[in-house]
Amino acid sequence: MKTTSLLLTAAIAAAFSANVNAAGRDYVSIVGSSTVYPFATVVAEHFGKTSEYKTPKIESTGSGGGLKLFCAGVGVEHPDITNASRRIKKSEYDQCQGNGVKDIVEVKIGYDGIAVANSKEAPRFELTRKDLFLALAKQVPGEKEGELIDNPYTTWKQVNASLPDIKIEVLGPPPTSGTRDAFAELAMEGGCKKIDWIHDMKKKDKKAYKAICHTIREDGAYIEAGENDNLIVQKLAANPNALGVFGFSFLEENADKIQGSTVDGIAPEFDSIADGSYPVSRPLFFYVKKAHVDSVPGIRGYIAEFTSEKAWGDEGYLSERGLIPMPKEERAKFAKDAADLTPLAM
Amino acid sequence: MSNQESMNRVRAGLARRYAAERRFRMYGVIAILLSLAFLLMLFVSIIGNGYTAFQQTYIKLDVNFDPAMLDPTGSGDMKIINRTGDFQGVIKQALRDAFPGVTKRGDKRNLYGLVSGGAGFELRDRLHADPGLMGRTVSIWVTADAEIDMVVKGHIDREVPEDDRRVKDQTIAWIDALVAEDRLEKRFNITFFTAGDSRNPEQAGIWGAAVGSVYTLIVTLVLSFPIGVAAAIYLEEFAPTNRFTDFIEVNINNLAAVPSIVFGLLGLAVFINFFGMPRSAPMVGGLVLTLMTLPTIIIASRAALKSVPPSIREAALGIGASKMQMVFHHVLPLAMPGMLTGAIIGMAQALGETAPLLMIGMVAFIVDIPGGVFDPSTVLPVQIYLWADSPERAFVERTSAAIMVLLAFLVTMNALAVLLRKRFEKRW
Repeated sequence: MKTTSLLLTAAIAAAFSANVNAAGRDYVSIVGSSTVYPFATVVAEHFGKTSEYKTPKIESTGSGGGLKLFCAGVGVEHPDITNASRRIKKSEYDQCQGNGVKDIVEVKIGYDGIAVANSKEAPRFELTRKDLFLALAKQVPGEKEGELIDNPYTTWKQVNASLPDIKIEVLGPPPTSGTRDAFAELAMEGGCKKIDWIHDMKKKDKKAYKAICHTIREDGAYIEAGENDNLIVQKLAANPNALGVFGFSFLEENADKIQGSTVDGIAPEFDSIADGSYPVSRPLFFYVKKAHVDSVPGIRGYIAEFTSEKAWGDEGYLSERGLIPMPKEERAKFAKDAADLTPLAM
Repeated sequence: MSNQESMNRVRAGLARRYAAERRFRMYGVIAILLSLAFLLMLFVSIIGNGYTAFQQTYIKLDVNFDPAMLDPTGSGDMKIINRTGDFQGVIKQALRDAFPGVTKRGDKRNLYGLVSGGAGFELRDRLHADPGLMGRTVSIWVTADAEIDMVVKGHIDREVPEDDRRVKDQTIAWIDALVAEDRLEKRFNITFFTAGDSRNPEQAGIWGAAVGSVYTLIVTLVLSFPIGVAAAIYLEEFAPTNRFTDFIEVNINNLAAVPSIVFGLLGLAVFINFFGMPRSAPMVGGLVLTLMTLPTIIIASRAALKSVPPSIREAALGIGASKMQMVFHHVLPLAMPGMLTGAIIGMAQALGETAPLLMIGMVAFIVDIPGGVFDPSTVLPVQIYLWADSPERAFVERTSAAIMVLLAFLVTMNALAVLLRKRFEKRW
């Protein structure tokens, strides 16, 4: 009994001494996008092994979740850096300002392509963004201008006569995913605005325009396959009739099993994403809390490692992982801004 | 109804009743066979995918520990060598020496890809252990790159056209040449059991997550067992039966059924946001899992106390023991095996939990092995989740291997629970 109560006291004492421990932090705390996670972790590992600092801790919270944590305030209990697969929104920036996170340094790290792929056993799809929109939107234009009908298409041939006569079956990420947001914005909206009257709507009624262009059908043709891109790849290999939507790095790793469809005539390849000709690609960022740079050891070093040529350069170790580097001048500009900790103005 | 008549009736229904019983038994056997079949399928798929991860391909290289590259300033100081020494460069030199025919720049790059990007650190550790190596040429087995490992293990198909393969014909020719010279072989994968997480599959290990799991479970056990047992003893032996204790009992039973993610949210709100504890710490993980396992332990402990026959209590009280003496000297020792079993089952449940840890930041990339309950760390099931989501092919087998390690932990804990019960439990 004595030992039990002793243990209990010790445990409670330990629980309350936590505050003391949290007062200083000797490792960099990073949160944010699951798309940037594979790249940030590689940099963190290199940094941890080659410097005298500890390896940064990286949580994969999604872009939105990461910015929310990041903007919650200044102090060691809040993260120092957040990764994002999209740019920070004005509302998020304002929230940051409101919570005392004044100076934020934005670092763009490169590009990521979103691939629409299928099994190698089936012929390669040649899609356009309009095809993707018509096949996957919840509502599509009817015969008359201005009329919307529930998506009637069940096979690709109905969408576009040049496509094969196969049932529409697309495996993709759920709404919580940044990849899904980017897919809706780049592929769906890109196809959606090819229809003139919808394009005209953008200026008049932005909300309705977004609702038409970004809403994905829920009748079973688009299958939410979870955030796990590996799972989508495995399902594609097993089902030659299905298409899948996921990050370019997964396509690259599994090139022996699956092939990327061309979008608007351009195949998802390293070079076509780098020069911007592949339409479904997006920039990736990370944001640094300037107030933490001098109080948490290692932030400067981590930024320097990330923005070094051996990491994000054309032949750097991040390009081996599937990150598409920025052009040289752009890299130089962002590396300089990052080194000077130039705060973002919005 | 005469006796004869009722006997006839019984006999008439006998065949049907036997048949019903046989059918029922058959259903039972089918149910068991079905669950065994599913279990077998699970094990076959996990072990089939994962057993190869316990081996790793190594390449033997004649490495020259060249002072000009490792210690250009000639300081002889290990600290400076650690930071400035070009260990990967030394390995590249060794690879060039092994394949003198490779001269083109692109080809050289592919050649360097044979060994792991972390091989330089292995050399560094080697030199650390034996500084006398400096300046000598030694044959050393270094870890091969994960893709080479995949080819050697047959996970990358050589028959696929070259363009569709991540590993090209040239590299495969090098592998075959190394095999022919006995310079490439599969060995037991020690790294997998000693290293923390890494983005290079060949450098990734389960040890960091295992240590994190152990810390988290220690915190959970230290908190939940005493609190759970104390609560059970009070409720079972001392508390009066009234509305209030009924209410508590209903609540405890309800808590046992609450989805675990809810405890994670509670932990985030109370321990991290209110008490200001660090994110990703096993301490907070342990606290959250304590909340989750408490009901299990309380319920099991109460059942154990209930099963102690009242005669023992009455005998103790009868010879003049106080109520507390009765509980602690007689009832508790007899109920302890049951309580421990409950605690171990609760711990096994906590070991496999991921959802609540998501909220408190334990789903994170952590390379360094945690050194205490406040260091950032992750746990085994989270490590499995993170690897399952990694694009690199070699993580597929490592995911399955990590599942095997987790299963081994769970089986051990459950076996311990059975053993305790068998050994110490008394039956009346």
